[in-house]
Amino acid sequence: MSQTLIDQLAGPPPVEDPDQARPISHQLHGSDRTFRGVARLSAIIVLTIMGFIGVFLAYRGFEALRRDGIWKFITTQAWFPEANHFGIAAVIPNGIFIALVAIVFAIPLAVGTALYISEYAPGRVRSTLIAMVDLMAAVPSVVYGIWGLFLFQGHAANFARWIATYFSWIPIFKVTGFNPHDPLGTITLFTSSSFIAGMVVGLMITPSICSISREVFTRAPDGEREGALALGATKWGMIRSVVLPYGRGGVIGGTMLGLGRALGETIAVVLIISPIYFRNAQILHNGTNSVSALIANKYGEASSFATSALMAAGLSLFLLTLAVNFGASSIVARSRSGASGDA
Amino acid sequence: MSTPTPPTSTEGAGPFHAGSAAVLQSTRSEMTRTVVVAPVTEAETTVEAEPRRNTATLKPKDIARTIGSALAAISLTWLFYTQILALSGVLGFIVIAFVLHVLLFGLITATDSPAPIVRDRMVSVVIHSAAVVLMFALAMIVGYTVYRGLDALPHKNFFTQDMSNAGPLDPLTVGGVLHAFVGSMIMITIALIVTIPLGITCAVYLVEFPGAAARFVQTIVEAMTALPSIIAGLFIYATLIITLGFPKSGFAASMAISVMMLPIIIRASVVVIRLVPGTLKEASYALGSSHWKTVWTVVLPTARSGLATAVILGTARGIGETSPVLLTAGFTTALNWNPFNGPMVSLPLLTFKLVGSPEQAFITRGFGAAVVLLAVVFVLFIVARLIGGRGPGHQSKRAARKSASLSAKDIARIEKAMAPVLTTGAVPVNGAHT
Repeated sequence: MSQTLIDQLAGPPPVEDPDQARPISHQLHGSDRTFRGVARLSAIIVLTIMGFIGVFLAYRGFEALRRDGIWKFITTQAWFPEANHFGIAAVIPNGIFIALVAIVFAIPLAVGTALYISEYAPGRVRSTLIAMVDLMAAVPSVVYGIWGLFLFQGHAANFARWIATYFSWIPIFKVTGFNPHDPLGTITLFTSSSFIAGMVVGLMITPSICSISREVFTRAPDGEREGALALGATKWGMIRSVVLPYGRGGVIGGTMLGLGRALGETIAVVLIISPIYFRNAQILHNGTNSVSALIANKYGEASSFATSALMAAGLSLFLLTLAVNFGASSIVARSRSGASGDA
Repeated sequence: MSTPTPPTSTEGAGPFHAGSAAVLQSTRSEMTRTVVVAPVTEAETTVEAEPRRNTATLKPKDIARTIGSALAAISLTWLFYTQILALSGVLGFIVIAFVLHVLLFGLITATDSPAPIVRDRMVSVVIHSAAVVLMFALAMIVGYTVYRGLDALPHKNFFTQDMSNAGPLDPLTVGGVLHAFVGSMIMITIALIVTIPLGITCAVYLVEFPGAAARFVQTIVEAMTALPSIIAGLFIYATLIITLGFPKSGFAASMAISVMMLPIIIRASVVVIRLVPGTLKEASYALGSSHWKTVWTVVLPTARSGLATAVILGTARGIGETSPVLLTAGFTTALNWNPFNGPMVSLPLLTFKLVGSPEQAFITRGFGAAVVLLAVVFVLFIVARLIGGRGPGHQSKRAARKSASLSAKDIARIEKAMAPVLTTGAVPVNGAHT
């Protein structure tokens, strides 16, 4: 039945000259034109919203920048908009310290877990772990924050004191006013520091770095893996000579994306830190701040000029994360792994 | 089968021993002499004399060594900690114990293996522990939140009341998180109403109309994926609230959440839509359907489960965000159903505000709110997993039945339309043609 149907549909051969080209028009008709229009419109709306973020922050922050002067804004370590004395020279470096601590803790954890998932884990464990890592990425930041504040901080402060006791000869671990031989020395010197906030933020960004790294590791070509093993490499030898070089771009890109997230993280940082408005390079020492924490703490201020100053600070954070993200995506795109993970 | 596997270098000892080589030699000469008379069986029986190698990656020896060195490391650290240095703190203990463990394990392995194998085993221990640490951290974070919130959860009022009647000294039997739950749901619903059509249409544009413009939009969207959420909040605060004079409200908060979710949803949707097989689209074009028809009836249905996953995971991210809501929603202790009027509170914002209180009951309620939030996120996550299990083009049973019935309808329609042709003897013409 269906065979005859097809024969029927095929019909008699066309009568016109087969060499004659059919006229083809590039004109879109009816529904297609509307479709293209709507799709373009949506892209334009998205682009407008995204562009507007930068433009509007710059526009609102302009008032503060103009009165303060850009150079003064960049170099001042204080936040008194009413006294016309404010700048980002404290919050940006402190925020970067937090982000760097986060990265230092996140990279080994993320890359180690990614290697475990892609190279070591047996089938069932692998899919469970992938789901768990994805789940960890979906845990809201406020949950990390309250965990860090109520449980982790106490242990981490002890750990920080331990580091300060034995490694204070390394400049970044120096803590002014800490005497390891003073039995009455209080632990509060070590709470609410960049170190602790950075560790919690590090745990938050680990899942996204891990999933990007895992994706590039699993894409390392099997032929090269087998080649390395056939030449007598151990598993680690194979990983070091094939998987890691192949995934390097992805790992770096993923790390920079994580860095961008760490720079912008708000709630967990706000919950843990005690805000200060000067630069504190002693990461173990109590007190730090970041741009997002500054905004979250100060947005309620009534005066419109103070708000304008916050917008200027927000703009600086926006530009910083944008630069980091662009760097990350260009590294990922240029690397051999060329993979884009979904963070 | 006739040649034994060469020893891998991961195997420490056990090179070829002379005996098996000799056996092999004799087999070979046998084979060259009697080519026809079934050499295979003879070869098999001789080679089987060699014991079968254990190809498992995890060897009992290694497990025993891991456990042994772990015990040794813990004891040593304990000795250091309590007897020699008199230190305190759990984290420091774990760090020292771990480093000692790796070193001891390497030392034990070094007794019978060359350096590359020692390195391999030590790295393997480190990598395994990274995964364990991460899972332990996840379990701690979730477990601790649930543990602290447990006191608030058994009370029914926790789910049926708002906080307007709960004073600072009231016990947990008064007040609840209903207003925050309702607020979260309203905000995320409005945000989804905005982001789903806009995000998916934009994703379709990026895939279906490739070119310089699409590349540019894609670059911008990718850069915006990691936009700090507080910037999204600040943007809405600057535009809607300060410039346009909107009050702080659920609507403003949902706009901030939309700005934050939009790039996430677009990026995930683009990935999914790209996966739709080109052959399916070409088949659609070959049947003469238009671009729009192809997208609507082929591309989007094929990518449906992936798109649902993208949207749900974006929702999970959006519902858990605190900072955009903090700047734009205001704060209230009362239930508010109207997103356009009056402040509204969401679950993460309520958690944030409650744990900042000095009252123990408030902190417990804060953890309780966090547990409710976690439960919402988990449910969304599990639903996303269930839907997203299938790749593009793989139908569920119900979808397969549906498309089968649609095809049957099509055949019936075509046959009906063709009926006059079939009865008026067009068949001979066709027969002559073939």
